[in-house]
Amino acid sequence: MISVSSVSKHYGDFAALHDVSVEIQPGSLTALLGPSGSGKSTLLRVIAGLEVPDEGTVVLEDRDVTGLPPQKRDIGFVFQHYAAFKHMTVRDNVAFGLKVRKRPKAEITSKVDELLGIVGLSGYQERYPSQLSGGQRQRMALARALAVEPKVLLLDEPFGALDANVRAELRAWLRRLHDEVHVTTVLVTHDQEEAMELADSIVVLNAGKVEQVGAPRELYDTPANEFVMGFLGPVARLGDGLVRPHDLVLRTDPDGIGVEAQISRIVHLGFEVRVELDLVGDGAVYAQLTRHEAEQLELHEGDIVYVRRDGVKSLPSAA
Amino acid sequence: MTTSRASRYGIRFFALGYLALLLIVPIGVVLYRTFEPGVGAVWDSITTPAAVSAFWLTIEITAIAVPLNTIFGIVAALALVRSRVRGKRVLEALIDLPFAISPVVIGLSLFLLYGRQGWLGPTLTDAGIQIIFSVPGMVLATIFVCLPFVVREVVPVLREIGDEQEQAAATLGASRWQTFLRVTLPAIRWGVAYGVVLSVARAIGEFGAVSVVSGKISGETITLPLLVENRFSNFDLAGAYAASALMAVIALATLLALTLLQRKGDAR
Repeated sequence: MISVSSVSKHYGDFAALHDVSVEIQPGSLTALLGPSGSGKSTLLRVIAGLEVPDEGTVVLEDRDVTGLPPQKRDIGFVFQHYAAFKHMTVRDNVAFGLKVRKRPKAEITSKVDELLGIVGLSGYQERYPSQLSGGQRQRMALARALAVEPKVLLLDEPFGALDANVRAELRAWLRRLHDEVHVTTVLVTHDQEEAMELADSIVVLNAGKVEQVGAPRELYDTPANEFVMGFLGPVARLGDGLVRPHDLVLRTDPDGIGVEAQISRIVHLGFEVRVELDLVGDGAVYAQLTRHEAEQLELHEGDIVYVRRDGVKSLPSAA
Repeated sequence: MTTSRASRYGIRFFALGYLALLLIVPIGVVLYRTFEPGVGAVWDSITTPAAVSAFWLTIEITAIAVPLNTIFGIVAALALVRSRVRGKRVLEALIDLPFAISPVVIGLSLFLLYGRQGWLGPTLTDAGIQIIFSVPGMVLATIFVCLPFVVREVVPVLREIGDEQEQAAATLGASRWQTFLRVTLPAIRWGVAYGVVLSVARAIGEFGAVSVVSGKISGETITLPLLVENRFSNFDLAGAYAASALMAVIALATLLALTLLQRKGDAR
């Protein structure tokens, strides 16, 4: 259990975190999600002890660690750019935490071999980080963080520096690893898809404040405000409300409810068909239809259609 | 863009020719003239009591000044790059001061501070400590002129490696000292080594500052460069060449020792 209470952190005049309180359940995988500058990395670094908050407290497993340095917090931390010890072999990198704890050599060797097996780097013991790919380096960094059996595992945009396909592979792998190891894990990301795919619970941050906390589905279906709705997926503004493009319904004949619009472009994206619309007097939106729906409606560019939202899943605008 | 074969060879020829003309030829001439009278004569020339004393004094001064400057250099570089203290700019400028000031002026300033008529001179004399015209003054002068080398070599390396590895070490439970020994020091070792080589070369060869505070007492405060100058001005050219060659040998030995140490360190 990680409990952050009323934490504030300023850099000069800039408020990176403003009165932030978050509870993270033991054994969960929680994502801190937000745009750059939202304070998500700062919050993670405050939990790790790499940043000292101006105000507020951090409690890890019933222990107030606010005044403790990172060394004494029983954490594992994984950096975006790996922070591999370049002059050490993979074995020495993973063994580092155990060596500074002066564990017996035999125990260190077996633990390191076991962890390298878990992260899929068996046989790489004697390589140097420069001889590994980005994905392998990050898995080594994860093994290094797990070696000391931390109470919480903190990941700062761990896949941010990797290629898209490696990223997707490592995500799935991290989720499986978490299901095996069950260590309380906090992951910082700016990628909503990554957060939705990996996390049990998502904390959405914006401008140093928590906007909403909840399960991925909950945030997507019942966002607390326009920011959360906009950040978790594409949105269209129809009349005075926001709506997901896949919740827009098109009709070719006027039904009295729909807003009149002209189709400016039709984009076929495989299963999905994206219909770009110029609303009469009210800007532009696009609707996501299935291929089947689009075929049934027999839509053409330049056609006039009537747009309405599909009932419940819209959000009244605050404006 | 690829450079043509001819222009590549042209560049190489120019670089090597320039080096040959300015460095290799003069050093070669010194070595040639040194051994012209025969190896026996050279050996006699560098084993006179004055030469032996100058050799050991040079080694002694270097052995004190270089380790002190290395420790100071690493600490100062860490302070400049890693800490958030105020007055970093001032510290940075101060460290470069020995490069900016002529060594003779450095010698003079030590003389004015610690000399018999200097600010601290009388107090030190009363306490029985003599700095000017003795070894402590020469060590101080050498420390002064060699001060910037290690700092200047280590600072860019520290900047380049960043502090993420050190943060990672902290999250893994390493104390500051453990982090320094296991992470920071190995990462900056090339910079430190290069700074040490430069410092040793300068410490062995320093003439100006040491000359002012030495007093040139034969057999006591004469280092190898002072011996070279001494012999040269007494028309003992062969003796001057021999002492010069000895200095070159010490410098090469240092370079070789460090290269071997690094090999061993890397093989581990």
